[in-house]
Amino acid sequence: MKKIFVLLSLLLAVAILTACGGTGAGGSGQEGPFRVAVVMPSAINDLAFSQSMYDALVKIQKEMGEENFEIAYSDNLFVVDDAASAIRDYASQGFDLIIAHGSQYGASLQEIAPDFPETSFAWGTAGDTMGLPNVFAYEALSQEGGYVNGVMAAALSQSNTIGVVGPIEVGDAKLYVDGFKAGAKATKPDIQVNVNYIGSFSDVALASEAAQTHAEAGADALTGTAQMVVGAIGVAEERGIPWFGTQANQTTLAPSVVVACQVYDWTVLLDQIIDLVKKGTYGGNAYAVTLENGGLLIEYNDGYNLPADVKALAEEAIKGIKDGSITVNVGQ
Amino acid sequence: MLEDLFSATVLIGILASGIRLATPYLYAAIGETFGQRSGVLNLGVEGIMLMGAFSGFYTVFRTENLWLGLISAIIVGGLMGLATAYVSVTLQAEQGISGIGVFLFGLGMSDLLFQKLINNVVTIRGFPDLPIPILSKIPVLGEIFFNHNFLVYGAYLLAVLAWFIFNKTTIGLSIMAVGENPAAADTLGVSVTAVRYFTVTLGGVLSGVAGASLSIALLNVFQQNLTNGIGFIAVALVYFGGWRPLWVLAGSLLFSMVNSLQIWVQVIGLPIRSDVAVMLPYILTIVVLVLTAGRVRAPSALTKPYERSG
Repeated sequence: MKKIFVLLSLLLAVAILTACGGTGAGGSGQEGPFRVAVVMPSAINDLAFSQSMYDALVKIQKEMGEENFEIAYSDNLFVVDDAASAIRDYASQGFDLIIAHGSQYGASLQEIAPDFPETSFAWGTAGDTMGLPNVFAYEALSQEGGYVNGVMAAALSQSNTIGVVGPIEVGDAKLYVDGFKAGAKATKPDIQVNVNYIGSFSDVALASEAAQTHAEAGADALTGTAQMVVGAIGVAEERGIPWFGTQANQTTLAPSVVVACQVYDWTVLLDQIIDLVKKGTYGGNAYAVTLENGGLLIEYNDGYNLPADVKALAEEAIKGIKDGSITVNVGQ
Repeated sequence: MLEDLFSATVLIGILASGIRLATPYLYAAIGETFGQRSGVLNLGVEGIMLMGAFSGFYTVFRTENLWLGLISAIIVGGLMGLATAYVSVTLQAEQGISGIGVFLFGLGMSDLLFQKLINNVVTIRGFPDLPIPILSKIPVLGEIFFNHNFLVYGAYLLAVLAWFIFNKTTIGLSIMAVGENPAAADTLGVSVTAVRYFTVTLGGVLSGVAGASLSIALLNVFQQNLTNGIGFIAVALVYFGGWRPLWVLAGSLLFSMVNSLQIWVQVIGLPIRSDVAVMLPYILTIVVLVLTAGRVRAPSALTKPYERSG
C-alpha cells in the first residue's frame, strides 16, 4: 500500500508540473475577443521556430489590443499525441483559430478538424491544406534567406570552407540548408560547404560538437537551423567565427559573431487568415512567408562590422529574389 | 575521400572531440555504478542531471561565479539523490518506476524554473579550457588529451578514483557486499541502509555535476531538456561496462568516439546518408551489448529492496 501511495503521489506531482504549460481560458461567444490558441513543439523562447510564431501573435495582440485578441498556447509538445489532445481541447473550448505549429501535427489535424467544422485551424509548415475546408496551410520559403546568408558567408570566407549544422534532413531545415548552399556556390563556385545533420532538434551537446568539428575542418563561417543550434552558436562565439542565423534573431546569444539572421514574421499571413476567419471563411488557402511579401526579413547585427561590399552583395541577392531574377531552385 | 578520414587533422579531431563528448556520460555513469553496485537502480539520472544543469547555470548566470555554480549543482544533485534513496531504500518503491518519476520531475521542474527565473536562452562564460603545462605542448597527444576544461579532466580522474575505491578500499568492499548479499553484509555489521543512502546520494551528486559539465563548461547555455537522453545512455553504459569503472570509462569513450566519427564522416562529405550516420553509435552499442552479454553478472541484489528478516 505504502509503495502505491508513494507512486501515486509522484505521478500526481509530475502531472501537476507538466500541466503548467499554457493558459487555458473558458467562455466563448461571437462577441468579445478573437481567440487564438497555438500548439508548438518547442519552447516559446527557443530563439527559433516556436518563438517566431509566438512573437508574431504577441505583435498582433499589441496592434489589436489585449481586450480584442486573446492568446493561449501550449509549448514543448514534441510528442505528437500530447499535441493532438491539446488541439482537441482548444477546439472544444471554442477558440476561433487554432494553430498547429509543426509539420508533424498534420495527421492529428486530419482527424480533429472534421469534428469541429465551425472552428478554423492553421497548420504549418505545410504546403497544402489536405483538402480540409477549415484548415489553412502556411510555410516559409526559408531557402530564400538561406540563399542570402550563403552569399554573405561565401563572400566573408577566407578559407573557402563553410560549416552548416542542421537537425534532421527534412522540411524547413532542409530548405534553408539547400538554399544556403545554393547562395554560397553562386557567389564562389569552388567553395566547400560542409553540411552536418546531427539527427535531432534538441541535442545541444551534439550541435556544439558538430560546430567544433566544422571549425577543426577549417570552416571560417557557420550557420545552422532549429532550436539546438544554441550549442553551435556558443562555439562560434568562443572561437570568433561569423554566424548566420535563421528563424529568429539570435544576435543576443553571441553579439560579437552573429552577422545576420533570417527572421520569420508570420504576421503577414496571420493577418490575412484572421481576417478571413472573422468573415466566416475557415480554411482552404495555403500561404507562404517570402522575402517578397515581407514575411521573411534579413536582420543585420549592427554590432558586427560587415564590409560594405559584402552587404551590397546580400542586398543585391535580396532584390534579385524579390524581382524574380534569382530563383532559388531547391525544395520545389 | 576515404583517405581524408585518416588525415592527422581528422584523427586528432575525432579523438579530442570524443574525449569532450564523453564527459557528462562519465560523471553520470560512474555515479550510477556506485548505486547499482550497492543494489539500487536509479533510472532518474537524466532528471537529476537536468536539475544540476539548471541550478549550476542559474547560479553562474546570477553570480558569475563558476565555483558557486558547481557547488549548487552538487547540492541540488545530492538532494535529489537523497530523495531517490529515501524512495528506493526506506520506502522500498519499485526502482524502475520511481526512477522514471524522478526523471519526469527533473524534466518538468528544470523547465519550469527556467521559464520563471530566466525565460530566454542566454549564454554565460563557463569554465575555460585549461591547457596542462608542458603536457599540452606535446605534439598530437597534447591537443587530444591535455587541452580541455577542468571538468573534462575531472571525469577521467573520477573513473580511476572509482576503480581504486572498488578494488583497493574497504568502503568499496562494503558497497559490493551490500549489492551482492545484503543479508550477509548486515550480519557482518555493515549497515545496508547507510551504504545505499551513501551510494545513491553520491550518484545524485555526480549526476548533478554531469549536468553542470554541460551547462557551465561544455555548452555554457541552458535550454529545456538540455541533456537530451544522456542520463539514460549513462545507465546503459553501466551495464555495458559490466559495473566496473574502467570498463564504463571504455564504453563511454567508445560511444563518444563513434559519435564524433559520424560527425566527421558527414563533414568530410563521405557518401553516407546523415540518418544512417547518426545511428552508428547506437548500433555499435547494441552490437557490443549483444556480443558481451553474459560476460559479467549483475550485482545479485540489484533492484531488490532489503528487509531484515526475523
